[in-house]
Amino acid sequence: MSDTSPARTPAFRKIAAGVLLVVPFAVYLAVPSYAKESPRVAGFPFFYWWQLLWVVLTGACIGAAHLLTRNRGAAK
Amino acid sequence: MTDVNGVELTVFVLFFAAVTAVGFAAARWRRAETLMHLDEWGLGGRNFGTFVTWFLLGGDLYSAYTFVAVPSAVFAGGAMGFWAVPYGAIAYPIVFLIGPRLWSVAHRHGYVTAADFVRGRYGSRTLGLAVALTGILAMMPYIALQLVGIQAVLTVMGVTGSGWARDLPLFAAFALLAAYTFTSGLRAPALISFVKDAMIYLVIIVAIVYIPTRLGGWDRIFDTAGTALARPNPATGRPSGSLVTTDMTHWAYGTLALGSSLALFIYPHTVTGALAAGRRDVIRRNAALLPAYSLLLGLLALLGYMALAHPGVVAAVKEAKNPQLAVPELFDQVFPDWFAGVAFAAIGVGALVPAAIMSIAASNLFTRNVYTAFLRPDATPAEETRVSRLVSLLVKVGALVFVLGFDKSLAINLQLLGGIWVVQTFPAIAVGLYTRWLDRWGLLAGWAAGMAYGTITAYGTSSPTQEHFGSPLAAIPVVGHTGYIALTAFALNIAVAVAVTAVLRALRVPAGEDATSEDDYTADAGDRPPAPEDPGRPLAGRPVA
Repeated sequence: MSDTSPARTPAFRKIAAGVLLVVPFAVYLAVPSYAKESPRVAGFPFFYWWQLLWVVLTGACIGAAHLLTRNRGAAK
Repeated sequence: MTDVNGVELTVFVLFFAAVTAVGFAAARWRRAETLMHLDEWGLGGRNFGTFVTWFLLGGDLYSAYTFVAVPSAVFAGGAMGFWAVPYGAIAYPIVFLIGPRLWSVAHRHGYVTAADFVRGRYGSRTLGLAVALTGILAMMPYIALQLVGIQAVLTVMGVTGSGWARDLPLFAAFALLAAYTFTSGLRAPALISFVKDAMIYLVIIVAIVYIPTRLGGWDRIFDTAGTALARPNPATGRPSGSLVTTDMTHWAYGTLALGSSLALFIYPHTVTGALAAGRRDVIRRNAALLPAYSLLLGLLALLGYMALAHPGVVAAVKEAKNPQLAVPELFDQVFPDWFAGVAFAAIGVGALVPAAIMSIAASNLFTRNVYTAFLRPDATPAEETRVSRLVSLLVKVGALVFVLGFDKSLAINLQLLGGIWVVQTFPAIAVGLYTRWLDRWGLLAGWAAGMAYGTITAYGTSSPTQEHFGSPLAAIPVVGHTGYIALTAFALNIAVAVAVTAVLRALRVPAGEDATSEDDYTADAGDRPPAPEDPGRPLAGRPVA
């Protein structure tokens, strides 16, 4: 189990993971960028479907960051 | 609303009875040799997998807050209430960054609370005490929010009365909760959260599919809600809200989301749920899986608009002068009685699960970081557990004080008030997980400054219904916009902590002992060191084998 240290993760993977984790903040904190009603999707104003969509994408970003920085012990 | 709805109440009581039985039976679930140890009573044996942890943390974070407070905020103010969605999303990158490290170091050293970690990391009982007391304080309004949720459901079902009798059913529900938390510890909410989430998912899917067909589709719901929000409020002469945020509210929206997301993972009940996990990877996976609940939260928030688009609901809420009733009234008027009963039971159980975890978390903090740290340093694990069980009862009484003493017109403010306080422990806990550069006295000074500023500023805000603690928002100095007080206080906290640290370093003040080492933060299950590394001051109740 001595291989579980994240120091084993290559630097580019860590950087990519870091970027993935910052993206949701950039999207959500730019409030004026999505404070509009159109285009509507299935009746939902942009403000709502955009933010709901990004909930799913945030989960995907974190999942990808998890896979990028995962250590599988000596097997890798 | 004077007549009791018999069908609804019967279904509600049946579900409540079933859940109470599960709560008591949970003591036998994944049975350990003894329950009289904080690792067992307070952390459910510390071996939950990804699946159980997902339900437990979900049950923790998504509560009456989600079901009652957020939709009623949307009902009352439109887009501003939707900030809970970005909050529920951006909290998880933070969980992903700090959660696994906290789990690892707590696993290595047998820490039960975040304050245990702070005490070990900085060699400072005082800083641990500050973190613990802040956590306990912040839990009170949050538990109170759960009570408000149950109250709203009871009101709509017609369980009303005057004086003592009015609050009696609420007290009864809480007495049951207190009893099974006392006997089963964290296993009770963990097991009940399966039932709770199954019910909530069922109710929300039915609500999202069925209610729009009754109200003429999503297009019409948004349009009607938008028109209703734009109508000037007779009291203030201004519109009560809008369908999207405006130039006036962008800052408030963003700071509420960011400030709350900093708080999410350092809330004592979240830490309790996370430390009950059995492996490091469980936390990492859950950081990616838990946003599924935030999607649910977003859909639930839109129930506020459905309520606004339903004339009968609007009239009933106006008559009762309580926006908290928006969603329960909607269910009551749209669903057949039996299903409304199921929905109300989901809300009620959904309030009890987090309330149980919160009271366990607060009592663990008291036991470990006040009682054992200061009063009885040689308390045995069994004694710690006895104290924790008793304190879990007291915590619920404390929450009642908040319910009775605070304005309930916008219950979400209760949670936001807790957030202002708990965010002030972020530097000690979350920053401390990565670097020990900040000095313990610097952290303490920053904490004190943040707490003082946050509390005084929040005290100074008023609302039409309340003179003090009326709003979580205030003008941000320098920036000039209105924003969440928690974030302003947090910025002050960090600035003071950094400044004091720089001065103390220049004066070469001793930094105190650090009981943790670098590889503690990446350790996984099975990596327990063979010998206690700090025999003089055992923080772990569990004897290290």
